[in-house]
Amino acid sequence: MLDPAKQPVLIDIRNVCRSFPKGSGEDLLVLENVDLTIRSGEMVGLLGRSGSGKSTLLRIIAGLIAPSSGDAKCRGKAIDGPPNGVAMVFQSFALFPWLTVLQNVELGLEALGVDAAERRKRALAAIDLIGLDGFESAFPKELSGGMRQRVGFARALVVHPDLLLMDEPFSALDVLTAETLRTDLIDLWIEGRLPIKSVLMVTHNIEEAVLMCDRILVFSSNPGRVAAEFKVDLPHPRNRLDPAFRQLVDQLYGRMTQRPTKAPALEGIQGTGVGMVLRHVSSNVLSGLIETLAAPPYDGHADLPVLANSLQLEADEILHLGESLQLLRFAQLSEGDLVLTEFGKRFANLETDARKKLFTEHLIAYVPVIGLIKRVLDERPSHTAPAARFRNELEDHMSEEDADDTLKTIVSWGRYAELFAYDEQSETFSLENPG
Amino acid sequence: MTLQDLRIAVLTRAPRPNIWDLVALILVIGAMVLIVYGGEQTTLPLSAIETTPVSLDPANLPLYALRTTMRMLLAIICSTIFTFVYSAIAAKSRRAEMVMIPLLDILQSVPILGFLTFTVVFFLNLFPGNVLGAELACVFAIFTSQAWNMTFSMYQSICSVPKDLEEATQSFHLSGWQRFWRLDVPFAMPGLIWNAMMSMSGGWFFVVASEAITVGNTTVTLPGVGSYVALAIEKRDLAAIGYAILTMLLVIIAYDQLLFRPIVAWADKFRFEQTASSVAPTSWMLDLFRRTRALRALTYPLVATNKAISTLRIALPVGLRPSPKYAPPSRVIDALWYALIAAGTGYAAWRAYHYLSANLGASDVYDAIGDGLVTLLRVVVLIALATLIWVPVGVWIGLRPKIAERVQPLAQFLAAFPANLAFPIFVVLIVRYNLSANIWLSPLMILGTQWYILFNVIAGASAFPGDLREAAASFHLKGWRWWMKVILPGIFPYYVTGAVTASGGSWNASIVAEVASWGDTRLSATGLGAYIAKATEAGDFPRVVLGIAVMCIMVTLFNRLLWRPLYAFGERRLRLG
Repeated sequence: MLDPAKQPVLIDIRNVCRSFPKGSGEDLLVLENVDLTIRSGEMVGLLGRSGSGKSTLLRIIAGLIAPSSGDAKCRGKAIDGPPNGVAMVFQSFALFPWLTVLQNVELGLEALGVDAAERRKRALAAIDLIGLDGFESAFPKELSGGMRQRVGFARALVVHPDLLLMDEPFSALDVLTAETLRTDLIDLWIEGRLPIKSVLMVTHNIEEAVLMCDRILVFSSNPGRVAAEFKVDLPHPRNRLDPAFRQLVDQLYGRMTQRPTKAPALEGIQGTGVGMVLRHVSSNVLSGLIETLAAPPYDGHADLPVLANSLQLEADEILHLGESLQLLRFAQLSEGDLVLTEFGKRFANLETDARKKLFTEHLIAYVPVIGLIKRVLDERPSHTAPAARFRNELEDHMSEEDADDTLKTIVSWGRYAELFAYDEQSETFSLENPG
Repeated sequence: MTLQDLRIAVLTRAPRPNIWDLVALILVIGAMVLIVYGGEQTTLPLSAIETTPVSLDPANLPLYALRTTMRMLLAIICSTIFTFVYSAIAAKSRRAEMVMIPLLDILQSVPILGFLTFTVVFFLNLFPGNVLGAELACVFAIFTSQAWNMTFSMYQSICSVPKDLEEATQSFHLSGWQRFWRLDVPFAMPGLIWNAMMSMSGGWFFVVASEAITVGNTTVTLPGVGSYVALAIEKRDLAAIGYAILTMLLVIIAYDQLLFRPIVAWADKFRFEQTASSVAPTSWMLDLFRRTRALRALTYPLVATNKAISTLRIALPVGLRPSPKYAPPSRVIDALWYALIAAGTGYAAWRAYHYLSANLGASDVYDAIGDGLVTLLRVVVLIALATLIWVPVGVWIGLRPKIAERVQPLAQFLAAFPANLAFPIFVVLIVRYNLSANIWLSPLMILGTQWYILFNVIAGASAFPGDLREAAASFHLKGWRWWMKVILPGIFPYYVTGAVTASGGSWNASIVAEVASWGDTRLSATGLGAYIAKATEAGDFPRVVLGIAVMCIMVTLFNRLLWRPLYAFGERRLRLG
């Protein structure tokens, strides 16, 4: 193989920042000073938690979003709209339901003004390559998820792009289908049969990244930054059980749970104090996870990749659960492990009512916004408060969407703990308990 | 007609005609002859109408029905073009949207028959002495009854195009024009067709009402089913009214079977769902066309043209291209735009005030509002009565799939039938038994629109999940409790949809329902509809404007204060699944 460093540069990203308006009017920074170079002939993975800005970066390269500052170049030319020679595969497939497989695949060529005969020839070739033979006249709704994503691949490949962008292309598929499609794609890539030069893939699945990519960039959240870069030198086809493979996966888990030195907040949970962005996790799931951790074989200490495998969860999901437990001081995340605290162990052995009591204490002590709501409700003579009062406060710190999520989490946890009641119709918190 | 079909045609041997071709060919040629014949009639001078007046001979009815149908067809074509242009502009330009969408909202509640007064005068002056002017006025009236909800539907569809598909079109370098034809239009198609069907239903009412128009000294009677009925009323000929009703029944059935059902069946492929649906709509007409060989070959040039248009690379010059993501909107232009809107609104308000205050006093306004409240009372009482009757009936039918299957098309058909054709039958009874016009003319307002409540409730009850019914049965929920806790919340969103349509239609119908005549006998009820109808007949423009304005405000307030909150509540809390 040629020396990768000498290959021509396709994409050059320098100091790119991107912010979105927050509810309160200020801007929320989602990407900060990102540098990235993609050369011809490599498959690069962007690995990170949801909300780490990796999809935003992909869309900047695709020319769908403009960077707030910094330079984004494609083959030396500034990106100011979808660049030529870049095609994209979507997480949700993004197929046109009123077009047949063949018509969907031809769409990109039509827009380029390729004549009908050539169009048909290339489309059929792409369909053949990706294993869709015989499905040309089917409509997307007649196909299974895996076949639909194959159409998505064929549609992107048919324009012979230099760079193929993939936005979590396998995450909407079931485990088996995803695995087949991944292997097929890797085989075509290794054999050099794909009419593309490079691939950039966004994923939150650690094993997927190690399985496919030559280079993995790990993103840290809030704001999104490139935290680390890993080279994967394992030869294809890669074996998931190979010790070197496992070691790399462990390393990546460790890197993703590592606390950044300067950030005051817990890694993964964005914001501090009242401004903490909470993602909803059902209290049932939290109790279930604590029980699982407390019981054998873990006995209070689990290796994240092992735990994720046995619970059939993606890295992103297991980390998210771990963070919620960590926030409530029921467990501790460190170096790719999840360890129950004393409180967590106690929680596992309690009855329902006692669990609720412990949960309540921890909510008030460690989730500042819940403490705030409780104080406000106690102080007011009516013991009621409109949700808008807290929403405004949340929106000073985060986007409207995040504020919605956080509010939903607060309501759900507060209800479980029987801390307060919430009336969805009038959007008010109150201390009355209708039970 | 898909590309796939095109390929089959090319690959298989030369298309040999089959028996279905013959059937379809006759239908097509017949339609063309009729269209040409009808078209010739519309360019005659106005005096021709006076020399060949409408006659009550039933033999003329097919011809009258043809003329009426052609007006409908022309109006729906105009509405469709208007819809495409208006909704595309409103959806793509933020500044235009600020004005265009509220405008559409108000236009929706303007009583259509009130429009006639101005449009007849305008179009007659545009084509002096020619039938075309009167024809266009009539078509315009139908257009105003059809266009707004179609436009709203398309606008909402374009605004809610899935983000991933939008990104896909950008990423694959489709131009704005290509995107419109490849993404926006197909995505909007099912909603648009459904609304076009509803519009057509409403349209029959207005075409019948606007064929025989009297504005001040001008009376125009266009040949058609509507003017046939008007003449029958004048001549007190009950049999003729029966013929007219029968004709209309046949026309609506033919329209539905030959035009709309094929379109609905064809448009099924545009439905945005990723899983195959269990029952796809069918149409014998479409099947017939799909079986023909030669006729289908005739449509290939059409398909090709359509393809050529939709793949044209029409793009604005780089400087003018809107790129919201790459450039924040200019505040200076925004400010100028607001100033322009404010100036335009101010000028319009000043002109309106000036015109009305020169001709009318405060007492006229009180009169109009008073009459408006009377009509409001009628609408409320009638909707309440219709609800009491049709909700239980609809639930009973909807929960029995076998019956619902048969009754549902009938209810939809009744909603499309122009109820004003049946008005004379009621008027005859009122005259004979000397009943109070104020009370007994009222039911006419809801005669045609009550069916919207029925068929929406049937739809709601049919869609009610079986497991919830079983759960209710296993917990022994019966009687009053079953109605309040189980079925009424379940059908509520559907009921509101039906009731909104019914109440809007009733306001409109009041203009023809509150005043009625049978020969020389004239019946008149107190109300805003009668107020507008009388002012129109007298050519009293200031009072027509005042009446329309009051009705417009009342309908808008009624919708905003009652129906919208109910609708929002239903959508938020009671939508199943």
